[in-house]
Formats: sequence, structure tokens, C-alpha cells
Amino acid sequence: MPPGISTSDFYYILPELVLTAGALVVLIADVLLPRERRSALSWVTLAAVGATLASLLPFTSTHVEVAHGLLAVDRFALFFKIVFLVAAAITVLMSVRYLAIEGASPGEYYFLILCATLGMMVMAGGIDLITIFIGLETMAVSFYILAGFIKPNQRSNEAAVKYFLLGAFSLGILLYGMSLMYGLSGTTNLRVMATSFGAMAGDSRLALAVILVVAGVGFKIAAVPFHMWAPDVYEGAPTPVTAFLSVGSKAASFAMLIRIFVEGLPSASEDWRLLFWVLSIATMTVGNFAAVTQTNVKRMLAYSSIAHAGYVLIGIVAGTSRGITATLVYLMVYSFMQLGAFAVVVMLRRADVVGDELKDFSGLASRNPFAAFAMLLFMLSLGGIPPTAGFMGKFWLFSAAIDAHYYWLALIGVLNSAVSLYYYIRIVVFMYVKKETLGSEPTTSPTLAVVLAVAVAATLVLGVYPQLLFNVAAASARTLGAAGATAALR
Amino acid sequence: MVPLNYYLVLSAMLFAIGTAGVFVRRNLITILLSIEIMLNAVNLTFVAFGRALGSADGQIIVFFVMTVAAAEAAVGLAIVIGLFRHRESLNPDSWTALKW
Amino acid sequence: MLLAIPLLPLLGFLINASFGRRISKAAAGAVACGAMLASFAIAVASVVRLASLEPDSRAIVSRAFTWISSGDFTADFTLRLDPLAAVMILVVTGIGTLIHVYSTAYMHEETAPEYARYFSYLNLFAAFMLLLVLGSNFLVMFVGWEGVGLCSYLLIGFWFEKRSASDAGKKAFIVNRIGDFGFVLGVLLAFVRFGTIDFQQIARAAAPMSPEAGFGTISIITLLLFVGATGKSAQIPLYVWLPDAMEGPTPVSALIHAATMVTAGVYMIGRNAVLFAHAPATLTVVAVIGTATALMAGTIALVQNDIKRVLAYSTVSQLGYMFLAMGVGAYAAGIFHLFTHAFFKALLFLGSGAVIHALGGEQDLRRMGGLKRDLPITYWTFLIGSIAIAGVPGFAGFFSKDEILFRTFASGHAALWTVGLLTALLTAIYMFRIVFLAFFGERPPEPVAPAHPEEEEPAAKGGHATGPTHLAHPTHLHDAPPAMALALIVLAIGSVLAGYASLGGRFERFLEPSFAPERVEEVADRGLELTLTAVSIAAALGGIAIAAYFFLKNRRAADRMAERFAGVRRLLQNKYYVDEIYNGAIVQPIRIVSENALWKAIDVRVIDGAVNGVGEAVTGASDILRRLQTGSVRAYAASLFLGVVLILGYYLWP
Repeated sequence: MPPGISTSDFYYILPELVLTAGALVVLIADVLLPRERRSALSWVTLAAVGATLASLLPFTSTHVEVAHGLLAVDRFALFFKIVFLVAAAITVLMSVRYLAIEGASPGEYYFLILCATLGMMVMAGGIDLITIFIGLETMAVSFYILAGFIKPNQRSNEAAVKYFLLGAFSLGILLYGMSLMYGLSGTTNLRVMATSFGAMAGDSRLALAVILVVAGVGFKIAAVPFHMWAPDVYEGAPTPVTAFLSVGSKAASFAMLIRIFVEGLPSASEDWRLLFWVLSIATMTVGNFAAVTQTNVKRMLAYSSIAHAGYVLIGIVAGTSRGITATLVYLMVYSFMQLGAFAVVVMLRRADVVGDELKDFSGLASRNPFAAFAMLLFMLSLGGIPPTAGFMGKFWLFSAAIDAHYYWLALIGVLNSAVSLYYYIRIVVFMYVKKETLGSEPTTSPTLAVVLAVAVAATLVLGVYPQLLFNVAAASARTLGAAGATAALR
Repeated sequence: MVPLNYYLVLSAMLFAIGTAGVFVRRNLITILLSIEIMLNAVNLTFVAFGRALGSADGQIIVFFVMTVAAAEAAVGLAIVIGLFRHRESLNPDSWTALKW
Repeated sequence: MLLAIPLLPLLGFLINASFGRRISKAAAGAVACGAMLASFAIAVASVVRLASLEPDSRAIVSRAFTWISSGDFTADFTLRLDPLAAVMILVVTGIGTLIHVYSTAYMHEETAPEYARYFSYLNLFAAFMLLLVLGSNFLVMFVGWEGVGLCSYLLIGFWFEKRSASDAGKKAFIVNRIGDFGFVLGVLLAFVRFGTIDFQQIARAAAPMSPEAGFGTISIITLLLFVGATGKSAQIPLYVWLPDAMEGPTPVSALIHAATMVTAGVYMIGRNAVLFAHAPATLTVVAVIGTATALMAGTIALVQNDIKRVLAYSTVSQLGYMFLAMGVGAYAAGIFHLFTHAFFKALLFLGSGAVIHALGGEQDLRRMGGLKRDLPITYWTFLIGSIAIAGVPGFAGFFSKDEILFRTFASGHAALWTVGLLTALLTAIYMFRIVFLAFFGERPPEPVAPAHPEEEEPAAKGGHATGPTHLAHPTHLHDAPPAMALALIVLAIGSVLAGYASLGGRFERFLEPSFAPERVEEVADRGLELTLTAVSIAAALGGIAIAAYFFLKNRRAADRMAERFAGVRRLLQNKYYVDEIYNGAIVQPIRIVSENALWKAIDVRVIDGAVNGVGEAVTGASDILRRLQTGSVRAYAASLFLGVVLILGYYLWP
């Protein structure tokens, strides 16, 4: 390893630097702009996200470790960074109208969105416990504030407190596990760790570390039984924040999970495979069953999001390169359909109506056919009905499980998909079959229309022509780990 | 010199005390402090391991944990104050508008 | 060119879905019908081209693009037209077009946006159905399979007003989930076993194997697929949703719940004939289930008073015949019955729709009568349909049903044959019961209190402009308007002529390439064949005679009896005696068995109970899980920590 940090390191973290600069510009512009022109901040934010996306271009086939192996710049990180940035851009577009209705100040909000995105990017690239931890906290602290951003709203505040307390608590557990990992291996670098753990398979101290880290990561991805914060926080937080939380935070946590377990702990893979097998089944089942009787759409989507974490874990359990590919594919696909669904919820938000109850959706098909059709598509996609992207993602996950001989897991996954349709279709029934009961129209705005159009297009295109995404995801999964660390990838 | 295990046992005990505090205490501020105890237990483990292994990584990570803990405390207290404005109660069980 | 067949209806859907609110009703109807007609034209052209190919290479393949490809696994988005698919696309586009045309008149009282919405769903359904039929692998088929289910669901609920919307089609939904679950597992298992999901490749891989003696992997695969088929095609035990599906508009019942979608299960078995042929155990199950369904639904149809429900149970019964044919390896005969059934059952449904239309939403047979005079076109076409389904020689149903019964007997399933014959008798009885009750006799005076309130149609007669709320004019009934009459007449012609397609084994030879490796040996016993044919003709005619006696003649006989109270005593007694026998020995047992035991006990209690039980179990579990979420942040932390402790405990346990 070279001593000190070289200038080339700064080149490789260019996207992160651009995003940081963008965040600072937003913060400064918020002070400089007169109050009535602050809505322009959303465009500044979008420009920052766009610039960051553009700055990813030179690194499409880079595969290096920077700064003493603190960060990896590879296709795996790149794939996730694209997911985060796209999700952030969609979230910003969704927020414009929402913030206007809530009367919240946009400056800090957009700044925090960018900070959270920055944290996610560091998490995806992190191959060292220190960077992963810092990325995680950058993201988490931003989300604590964002969840409680609507200060006059007691529910928003309650969501923030719950998220914060449980987040800090789970952080303690995660860090304790990390400290054991460090103590057992003598290093914080995951790839070095993988080699020194090579001889320690079956060690009970290692198992303890694995369990604690699983609990900490399990909290972030909202896996059962570490999931209980999710429904409350999702319901209480401002809808665009919920959307970003359920997509960005979840994807980043999965990136972290893959880095820690697949790269850092391949020797303990028997232990964590079994753990994730149990968690996957529990998460799918509890998430889907609990969603069935929900009447609040945001809360229902929260449980649905929990269930989806269970599906995604199937790919991790399979652990093969096809499994990891399926995980990446599913996270990308999931981002679009989940963000789209929340965008429709935002559409129903009016000054006097919260718009997240099931009954607010009744007769939507006749009031706004496009929004209803989009929601129909997202629901079908979340339920895994072809020809949507969600079906392709699930198909890939389940076939990866079968490929790795996890037949029961696939079976329970299919069964859960069947149960999940029950509540997804319920929304469709409310939109299409129930007649109009609400007087006023759902308000549309150009930005929301763009969000819906993008999400619809992605959900359809990735469902009908998923090949490109598969190839990209497979290429990204292949770059995972240094030469020796891919032992877990059979 | 004090053996490594002594530190580890101490930090495990501290961690347990912090965890218990989260469950037992009915005041948001006390719970916050209990979490701080958990983080400090983690810090102790890191430092002890770093010392025993003769590597600086343990100490470095502790600085980050402390910084983050400070940031978290600042944000956390702000959120708690925000909540307190709605109703003057610090009992976490009295804030259950979001459930089921 | 093949791609255009499903794409045209899809285009129609897109137009009506996007601009439906802005265009007139006439334009919306024209777009939908035009799309179907164009699709039909292309289908005909494709089939003509197909027929001109050599029998050995009789398939047109159109590969759109590679859908998924990863290492050893590839799935293309490919459409494949072979003789089996050819039959299906002609049915779907041809009968689909007629039903679209019929709908333009039937739905004319809807508001313009509703009208466009209706046609957009109908077009979307046709697109998915065509995709299901043309798909060359399970994945493409599954797209269509789920798509038609969704459209059916939307269309069943099209008029749901009074019932809470979340209950609408709930049964259909749960039942189809169970079926689809089986189907998906079957496909996944087939993928594990054969490493491919392409129909051709699976057939090629399976062909050289010898049929499984016991109960092996192929038996499990086929059985799971059959579970999917029972859901889609309404067989025991998953048939219960179909009668409820009659809540939708009548043309929808005709298209989806009689002619096309419900036959998807039969088609799927035909598509995988080679695979099923290698699983004799499954085939036996298929045959037995099919026969049992045919008989059970036939008996239930006898006592229903809602005209559409009779037809619904009749559909279930006829589908049972098709599965019987599949189960005894007579694939061509099963598909042939599917083909003829599509004509006459669509005709019967559309005819019943014309009756309901004329009577302003009335569906109860007991409140009909004498319609022969007022609705001549409907009467004659309905009569032709009834004759066809009953199996009278010279009409379509005769050819196909006779073929199935003959094949069943020839393959050594005498018991199944007997039940099948009995069902044929029942078919003739219940169909002519409708004919005699609805079209003959006199119509009872208007205000009749509903005898069975649970059979009332609460939704169809809902608010204004949401159902067929055509004002009833008891004195002046109008016959089917031109668009409806056209569809009825064309289908009636089809119901006569469709049967002749099989003369000289032409239909079977045409389909042969699709079932190639499983050649049914010709049983060369002409005498036996003729005897069996005579028996089934006797059953058909006997059934009509019985129906005529009890639902036509006996009603008048009763009147005459009242007049000539002091007539020939012996004759009267004899009549009384026959009535007693009829009542005591035939009607009552059948009524009791079918109404109380089969319909009320099994249908309503056991199966409904089970279906509702599944729903309630899920809801109950959901509620418990919900209540665990108490809102207390400390409890959440405890749950989190408990998780860690549990996992730790598991590891520390010796």
C-alpha cells in the first residue's frame, strides 16, 4: 500500500466530491436566494444529481481500491450509485409539490437528501469497516432529520424519534459486532479480513460477530424481527422521504450487506447463509401477511417493502453469482416500482386530505386514468405479474434459488407472492371497480407526471426487455471482491 | 499489564447495562444516554483490541464513533425537543399514534 | 405477421384507454371491433398459410427478441403458430369479433367513458388471450395466463355497485391464486427437470422417455400444471368462482367465461400433450376429475333458476368433458369439443343476454315464458344452440361429444363412459328446460316476490346507467337489435357447421403435428362405434323428451287436469302415478342431492367454506401480526434484541 493519500485517489472519488459540492451549493443558495424563489432549489439539486451521474461516466470499467483500501471503485459500486442517484432525482421531483403543500423550507430538505445520497454512495463503495460505518451514519442521520421534517406534524415527529432511537440502538449492536470482527482479524479492511478469517471457519467468536452484524444490517434492511420500526416510520415520515427511505436506504444497506458478508466473511458463509435463509422466510411471510389487513396505503407499502427485503435476501442466500445478479436486478427494478407507487400517493396529497388511505384511491380510474393505470402497473409489478419488471426480478430470484438447490425458499417465495397479490389487487379494485366517492381531482404537476412516466416506462421496459439490465447486473456482480474474496461466489 | 479479556468483559458488561437501560428506562433522554453507554462499550472494545493487536485502526475508528455519536446526540435531542413541543411528555410509551 | 395478431387488440386497448373519454361511443366501438376484425383477418391468413405447409413442418415461428438469456438458460419472446394454436386463434379472434359487435348494442346505455373502458378491457383481454395461445414457452404463456385473469377480474367487477368492492370477485381471485400457485410451481419444476421452459424442447426431451410407471417427477409436474388448469378452467375443486363470475356483463360471460379464457386449462394440457402422455397417473386424475365435474355441474344446472347460472354450470360441465377427453389421451377430440363448444356456448350466452336485455335485466327463469313470440331471432338461434349442445345429430355438439364418449369407451374406461353418457342426458334436460321455460308457455304477471333472495342479482340491476337497466316494457318486448342479431345468427350457423370440420378425421389429422408423438390408434370396430353413437343419440333425444314432458307438456297437462276434473280415472291416476314417480324417484332425489348435497353442502359449505377459510386465515394471521405492532418504541427495541438473543441461543445450544 502506498503511504499517504495520492492525488489519484481524489480523481477516483470525483462523483462523491461533485455531490458534496452540489450539496454545499444548495445550502449556500438557500441562504442567498430570496424566500419566494427558493423553489428553484429543486433544480439546483437536480443539477447536482445530474452532474454526479455524469461524473460516473469515466469509471464505467474502473476496478481499483483507493485510499489504502478504504473504498473500492468498481462496477458493483457503480451499479448501486446509479440506483441511488436515480432514486434521489425521482425523490426530488416528487418533493417539489409535496413541500409546497406542507409549507416546509426546501433548502435543508434538499441538502439532506443529497447528504443521504452521499452516504449511500460511500456505503456501496466501502470495503473497510470505517468507510462503511461513516457512510451508514451520514445516510442515517440525514434520514433521522428528514423523517421528522414536517415539524408541525406530530406523526412526522413521532416517526423521527422512533427511527432515531431504534437506529442508534441498532448501530450499537452493529458496531459491537464490527469491533469483534476487528478484534478477531486485526484489520478493518474487509478484503484483508476475508483472508485472515480463512482459517477461522466454525469459530464461535466469529459466529457471535456475524450474528451481531446481521442484526445491525437486518435493522437497516428491515428484516424480521428487526423490522418493527419500518411501518411506523414509513407511515409517519413525509411521503417522498418514505419513498427514498424504502428505496435508497434499503438498496444501500443491501450493498453494505453484500460487501460485508460476501467480501469480508466468505469463510463464515455457512453461518450467515443459514441465518439469512431464516430471516428471508420470516421477512417475506410476516411482511406479506401483515400487509393484508392494512387500510393505510403508506403503511401497506411499508409492509410490502419489508416483504421485498425478504425476496431480495433469497439472492443473498443463494450466494451464487446468479443470486447476486438477481439481487442487483431486483433492487433496481424495485426502486422504480416502489418510487412510482409513492409518487401516486403524493399525487393524492392535497391541502386538506392526506391521501394515503385506501379509500382515497376509490374511483381513481375515472378521475385520473393515467395515474390509476400507473398504479395498476406498479401493483402488478410489486406482485410479480408479467409482463412487468417485478415479474422478471422475481423470476430471476426464484430461479437463482432453485439453481442453488434452495427449493423450499423458492417455494415459500412463490407462495408469498400469491398472498401479496391479495393486497396489491385490493388497491386496483378500489381504483377501478369502486365508483367515485371523493369529489376533487388528484392534483397533478409536471414534475409528478415526469416521475410517473419514468417509473411506468422503466417498469414496462425492464419487464419486456430485461436483458440489458441482466447483463449489466451480471457484470457488476462479477467485479465483486478482490481475487481471493470471491470464494463465496460459487 | 491488564489482560485483554478483562477489557472485553468490562465492555460486554457496559454494553449489557446500556441495552438494559434502553428497555427499562421510560424517559427519552435516559434512553438516549443508555445508547451512549452502548457506544462507549463498543469504543472500549475497539481500543482494547487495537492496543492488544498493536494496530492503530482500533483507535481511529473510535474517533469516528465518538464524532458520529456527538452528531447523533445533537440530532436526537433536537428531534426529542420537536416532539416535546407537541405534548409535554418524555415517556416513549405515550407516543403511539403510529401503530398497527 | 404473427405478432400483429395480439398487437392489434392491444392497440385497440391503448386507443380506447387513452382517448376513450374524448371519443364518441360509436368511435370507441368501431376501434375495438375494427382491431378484432383486423386481427381475425390476419389470423385467417396465417392459418391458411400454415395449412399450405407440409404436415411435418407445420409451424410458423415468429421470434420477437431474446427475452432472458443467462448462461444455460434462455427464454425468447417467441410466438409459434401450429395447428393447435391455429384452432385457438380462430376461436378467439372470430368469436371475439362477434362478441365485440354484439357488445356495441348490448352496452349502448353506458356513458361514453364507461363504454370505452368496457371495450378497452375487452380488447386487452383478447390481446392477452392471443398471447397465451401463441406463446412458444411457459413464460410467454404465463404473461397471457395472468393477463386474462386480470381482465376477467376487472370485467366481473365492471358493474359492481352495491356489494363492497373488496368482496367483488374475491372468490374468483383466491381460487385463481391457488391455481396459479400450482401452475408456477409446475413450471419451475419443469425448468428444474428439463432445464428449459420451451414447449418444443420439453416435448423433445420427454418424448424418448418411457411413461412413468409410478409417480415420478413428470407426474408431479403435470399434476401441478393440472392444478393450474383446474383454477383457470373451473374444475373440481376450484370451479366455484365461475358461477359468481356471471355478475359481469353477459357478453363478457360469453367471451371469457364460456368460449375462451376458461378453456385455457384444456389448451395448456393439449399444448403439453407429450408431457402429460408420460404421466399416466396424472392422466387418470385428469379424466376422473373431468368426469366428476361434468356430472356434478350437470346435476346442479338442473335446479338453478337464474338463466346465466344454468349456463355457467353447463360450461363447467362441458369443460369437464374436455378434461375427460384429455385424460383418456383423446387430445384432438378434447380440442374439437373446445372448438364446437365455443360456438354454441357463446351463442347460448349471447342469446340469454338478448333475453335479459329484452326483459330489462330479468334473469330468473320462473319469471320468463312465451318469449318465442316476441323474440323470434333469439328463440331460433337459442334453440339451435340448445340442440347443438344437447348432441342432436347434424349439429356441432353431436360430433365432438360423440367423439369424446367413443374415445373414452374405446380406451377402456367404461365407467367414465357411463357417467359421461349420463351427463349427456342431463345436458339435454337442463338446456331444454331453459328453452321451454323461457320461450314457451306464458309469462307470469310482473310482480313476483323473489323465492330465493340469495339468487337475486343485486348488482346487475343497480343504479342508473350502471347495469343493463333497460326499461322493461312488459307488453312490447323488442327482439335483439341488428348488431346483436348478427352475432347470434353467425354463431348459430357456426353451431351447425362447426361439427362438420371433423368429418373423415380431418380435424384430427390437422392437429396431429401438435400432439405428434402421441398417436391415438384407430379403433377399427365400426360396429362398436355405431352402437355407441346410437346410444349417445338416444341420450340426447331422451333428455329433450324428458324436458319436453316435464317443462312443456306437463304444465299444460296440469291445466287440462284442472278443467277435466272428472276425466278418465285411470288415465288421471296413471298421470298422477307418473308425477309421483317423477317427483319421488327422479326429481326429488336429484333436487335434494344436487341442491342440498351438491350445491348447498359441497359447493356452498365445503368449498366456499374452504375458500373463505383461506381468506379468513390469512386475514386473521394478518390481524395478529398487526396487533404486535403496538407503537411502543421500547417494545420494538425489545423485539430487535430478542431476535439477537434467539439467534445466539440457537448457536449456543449444544
